[in-house]
Amino acid sequence: MPYAIELLNITKRFARTVANDDVTLKVLAGSIHALVGENGAGKTTLMETLYGLYQPDAGAIRIHEKEVTIKSPHDSIKLGIGMVHQHFMLVPPLTVLENIVLGAETTKNFFIDLKKTTAEISELAEKFSLNVPLTEKVENVGVGIQQRVEILKAIYRKADILVLDEPTAVLTPQETVQLFKILAELKEQGKTIVLITHKLNEVMAISDHVSVMRKGKIVGHLETPKTNPQEIAQLMVGRPVLLRVEKSEHKAGAPVLGVKELTYVDRRGVEALKSVSLDVASGEILGIAGVEGNGQSQLVECITGLIRPTSGSITINGVEIVGLNAREVFARGLAHVPEDRIKRGLVIDLSIKENLILSLQALPQFSSRLSMKRAEITSNAELLIQKYDVRPPDPNAITRGLSGGNQQKVIIARELSRNAEVIIASQPTRGVDIGGIEFIHRTLVTARDSGKAILLVSADLNEILSLSDRIAVMYSGRIVKIFPDNKVEESELGLYMTGSNQELIREAK
Amino acid sequence: MISQIFSLAFLAQTIRITVPYALASLGGVYSERGGVTNIALEGIILNGAFSATVGTYYTGNPLIGVLCGIAGGLLTALIHAVVSINIKADQIISGIAINLFAVGITKFVLEILFHSSSNSDRIPGLPHIKLGFIEQSPDIARLFGNPLVLFTILIIVASQFIIFKTRFGLRLRAVGENPEAADTVGISVTLYRYYGVLISGALAGLAGTWLAFDQHSFTDGMSAGRGYIALAAMIVGKWNPLGAAAACLLFGFAESLQIQLQGAGLPTQFIQMIPYVVTIIVLAGFIGKAVAPAADGVPYEKEK
Ligand SMILES: Nc1ncnc2c1ncn2[C@@H]1O[C@H](COP(=O)(O)OP(=O)(O)OP(=O)(O)O)[C@@H](O)[C@H]1O
Ligand SMILES: [Mg+2]
Repeated sequence: MPYAIELLNITKRFARTVANDDVTLKVLAGSIHALVGENGAGKTTLMETLYGLYQPDAGAIRIHEKEVTIKSPHDSIKLGIGMVHQHFMLVPPLTVLENIVLGAETTKNFFIDLKKTTAEISELAEKFSLNVPLTEKVENVGVGIQQRVEILKAIYRKADILVLDEPTAVLTPQETVQLFKILAELKEQGKTIVLITHKLNEVMAISDHVSVMRKGKIVGHLETPKTNPQEIAQLMVGRPVLLRVEKSEHKAGAPVLGVKELTYVDRRGVEALKSVSLDVASGEILGIAGVEGNGQSQLVECITGLIRPTSGSITINGVEIVGLNAREVFARGLAHVPEDRIKRGLVIDLSIKENLILSLQALPQFSSRLSMKRAEITSNAELLIQKYDVRPPDPNAITRGLSGGNQQKVIIARELSRNAEVIIASQPTRGVDIGGIEFIHRTLVTARDSGKAILLVSADLNEILSLSDRIAVMYSGRIVKIFPDNKVEESELGLYMTGSNQELIREAK
Repeated sequence: MISQIFSLAFLAQTIRITVPYALASLGGVYSERGGVTNIALEGIILNGAFSATVGTYYTGNPLIGVLCGIAGGLLTALIHAVVSINIKADQIISGIAINLFAVGITKFVLEILFHSSSNSDRIPGLPHIKLGFIEQSPDIARLFGNPLVLFTILIIVASQFIIFKTRFGLRLRAVGENPEAADTVGISVTLYRYYGVLISGALAGLAGTWLAFDQHSFTDGMSAGRGYIALAAMIVGKWNPLGAAAACLLFGFAESLQIQLQGAGLPTQFIQMIPYVVTIIVLAGFIGKAVAPAADGVPYEKEK
């Protein structure tokens, strides 16, 4: 079979890093090719070079066996390449339809031909079961829909080579299954697909070939049916990786965090939390499983003082914290790893050392009355960078330039260094590579063993099952079930998560 | 008294004041929708007025004067475009520099050509289109017979469609909201930002042209802050052509009222406040949150 994509000896340097170092990658036409590697390995850079967003410093590109020069996305689109970017490339105030046609508009007497365009897109959406609200503004739709819009954008341009950069990072398990059905269908039609992902089960499930990158180089090309997750993981990280968490039996102490009959009605009048009660004891991890958007975010924001519940009570060691603001809540012994690390966890244009003292900046440890204690801030950063293996190990590096996994480590380091009794961890490993996941999981288990009470919220069932001591399932603003241990089948959790277990849910009410 | 104030002459005066605001404000909409802040409108108006005067004076043909006014605006805007889009300098500073430059250069050339530091020689006005049905009212006929008034009304309405319904408008808005996203679908951010700034140059140049013909001469500093008022109107109008034009009409009305009331025995200081008080009330009371295009004023760096 002929090759659809040949990237030959590509080298791409940024100011300080060599993101791609003499990389050669060949993708067979009509196949699904997975590209994996640690955070910062250079996967995105390689694909954005193919797409014309970067110019390689050396190397050649061949598409369908013809040498090409790709100066900008304009050229790559003409060559039939479509890309779904790791960070969505959508224009929020424009409608879904406008976003899909942008750059490839059909016009009729100067005006965009809405009628024809709507018909065309509806047909595509139907064919691939990618339902999207065409007239809604993108800023008003969830990330799952945005992901579909991105895919429709590529298909609408008749892309025949489709690159997807971590498309499943923000999808629910159901949406992922749906996406994979679409990819299989596209392959059926002879399209070529490159899929970047950190989830090895996805690689095994859908790809024909897999290429592994590490530190800017390709370290292996494998045929998927002839390999296994263990081998891929080892290639990625350069050492054997534990794909499951090792942890001892938990010895739960007294309840520390108590949530009682918590209700939250949001500004639009939607009851996002409906009388939620739970408690977390010292020395245990309570996992909250659930499809995103079922009240988990609001629960976390109520506990951390970011929003105020409509009614109910939240206590830390028996002391009421409802009504306190985030700073006061932190002072009472709470740490928070937020789900949106860019928006809530970091000030992205500040350095690592500054981010490592965010919310701690007023402590006498770091500031005297008039000025910040620079030496202390730097030595604090050096210590944490070493302990949590943050790369690059430079306290002055700006966090924007860090890979996603390393940004996450900065947050984990800060929140755990706070030495709080209660740790709220929301999606702590989203977008993080398997080496990083292993590390973050180990850190959380260690914190548990030292007697912290940990509330873990995750859309990743694997993570919930392997870390939690007890599991609560949220559906539609309610806790519909609490399992006293983690010996649950994924499929059973799934039933509760999707609300299919209606009788059981009614029983729980 | 009321009927005295709100006469046909009053209406004519309001329109006369509104036209240059509306043209410049519309220019601001195009530039900022594409992501380039344009406080250079002030200088563009001034250069437009001067070029129109010189063109008309030397050819004796007001139509050539109009073309010169547009060209003067385009050239000034071109400077702003190069500095903001290619050199990626701070757009506010570029705008201020252009405004100061315009004051200096017009004064300098005024001296050379007309041997005066304050005003040019007299120029003829624009020929009028005869509109039979309003000929009985000379004020109104004079106004609506003015091709620039007709053009202004036309371009305001057309712009509403251009910005929101055409391919050009869609791309312009995309470039102003999220240039990276526009880039990834193969749209040249540089090209569309140039379009936006240059259209604003042509329109603000035309605003200057209006001022010159209205007064039949160029006077030093005759833009008199109109570029800034036009920007304020653009914001009040939430970066929409119709909204901006409506805001300009409101400002024109308030200013006209101020002129009208000057003979009415009220304290002048109080009367002079009227346009500004109206602005503040409108801003605070009726408009709500005005959200600028997300990438307005932010240069686009291709390799991040
Ligand atoms: N625009 C840029 N300027 C400077 N350095 C960059 C830029 N983009 C990426 N890098 C660096 O290049 C390297 C490769 O980054 P890249 O985004 O390709 O990694 P990745 O494999 O996609 O990682 P992840 O799994 O976290 O998405 C990293 O060290 C990153 O910091
Ligand atoms: Mg990436």
